[in-house]
Amino acid sequence: MPSKFKEALDSGKFVITSEIGPPKGTNLEKMYHHIDLLKDRVDAINVTDHQSSVMRFPSVGGCLAIKERGGEPILQMTCRDRNRLALQAELLFAYTRGITNVLCLTGDAVPVGDHKEAKGVFDLDSVQLLRMIRTLESGKDLGGNELDGAVEFCAGAIVTPEANPIEPQLIKFEKKVEAGAEFFQTQAIYDLEKFARFMKFARQFPVKILAGIVLLSSARMAQYMNENVPGIFVPQHLIDELASAPKGTALQKGIEIAGRMIATLKKEDICDGVHIMAIGREEVVPDILQIAGI
Amino acid sequence: MKSITRQKPFEEIAQQLQGFSRVFIAGCGTCATLTHTGGVEEVAAMKEQLQSQDKLITGTVVIPTACDDITTALAEEYGSAIQSAHAVLVMACALGVHRMGQNVTKPVVPALDTLFIGMDDGHGVFHEVCAQCGQCVLGEMAGICPITACHKGLLNGPCGGTNNGKCEVDKEKDCAWTLIYNRLKEQGRLDAMRKYQPPKNYQVVPRPRIIKVF
Repeated sequence: MPSKFKEALDSGKFVITSEIGPPKGTNLEKMYHHIDLLKDRVDAINVTDHQSSVMRFPSVGGCLAIKERGGEPILQMTCRDRNRLALQAELLFAYTRGITNVLCLTGDAVPVGDHKEAKGVFDLDSVQLLRMIRTLESGKDLGGNELDGAVEFCAGAIVTPEANPIEPQLIKFEKKVEAGAEFFQTQAIYDLEKFARFMKFARQFPVKILAGIVLLSSARMAQYMNENVPGIFVPQHLIDELASAPKGTALQKGIEIAGRMIATLKKEDICDGVHIMAIGREEVVPDILQIAGI
Repeated sequence: MKSITRQKPFEEIAQQLQGFSRVFIAGCGTCATLTHTGGVEEVAAMKEQLQSQDKLITGTVVIPTACDDITTALAEEYGSAIQSAHAVLVMACALGVHRMGQNVTKPVVPALDTLFIGMDDGHGVFHEVCAQCGQCVLGEMAGICPITACHKGLLNGPCGGTNNGKCEVDKEKDCAWTLIYNRLKEQGRLDAMRKYQPPKNYQVVPRPRIIKVF
């Protein structure tokens, strides 16, 4: 049976996803609050998997909480912390709990996180993880053994349309499509013309593309991302726009920019939907959607 | 091929030598000499430093190749100096430490950390180019090993952390996949990059790895 998210993707509507980051610790109140804010406003909610290699409550636990509260989860799964046995086991568990959307990621490097001396696993990469899901669906595990009860997932991946050089990214994008990716959530995009060029390439493939929207909270944050976050480029005119906002209203300006971009992407039918990443400011996602007219 | 080593912090060496007031020091004339971690000068400096800590140095030697069976002959030649020591401090890579350990009954203490097998660029910089994974992929990767040169050891292309040809872990380091892409493109072989690489076999020779050659 296709997941609710898969049905949304196939319906042809403009799909909206957002994401939450589980807490560092066992106090789940804030995460519950974010889930409740988002669950009826978006088609699915991603749960990050030790995002930026910072140890947190597990992604699968966040997905269970979304299910319990009536939402539709997307399990983010990275290859950084689990070998192929652990990845498969977690997928079997997720499936039995009704978590049937998976975003396959390589995962950030260990040294960028808060356990810098840990061993990075990377037994598989994101392409191999996608293929592994399709293997599990065929009723076999990666060792070629029969499963007593198979799985069915809507599997997706990510792509960085602003990467430089771009061609290696596009080659990997194609490999992910061939490996069975059904949808892509992109790294943050800000230059819509450039993104439209990427979409011209992506439209050749039978996959749904959700444009990554990262909320800008200030001109300084935008500059910081330009200098430090690979594959993100905020054009100067947006930085100027944020800087020109009266004191204390930069976040509001960022919400406006995000809402405006989403409205344009939808109106001009540039892609199949958006993935909104508010990074700690999940409570403003409904405001972004309101400005976008969604 | 060179075994790349780095001297341990002196505090750690001193801590490992605690209780051993008489020490014999052995360096290596090959890799550890090239990396300035266990040659004649470094052994002399270590001797001085340990003497200043009130250790008695019963003797020193720089073994031409400490991982080789020359160590057996020299352990015999320096037998009395080694016998009168409480411990042997080895300023060689871990292979040299092992070899010494097989030839003496005294406790053997490493003065160096063995980091990787490296290749010299001719200007004193050593690069790790092979992780000795047992399943060489250089033929399909334009001669650049992603197992070694990519921080995550990725086989199917770059991750999202690649940035203007550099790695997300260290802006000074090249992204292996940008290098592979550039070279395959030059060679007109980008199809090699499009080929799916299956999960790696980590049991080509199960650890601990032993091979009988003759």
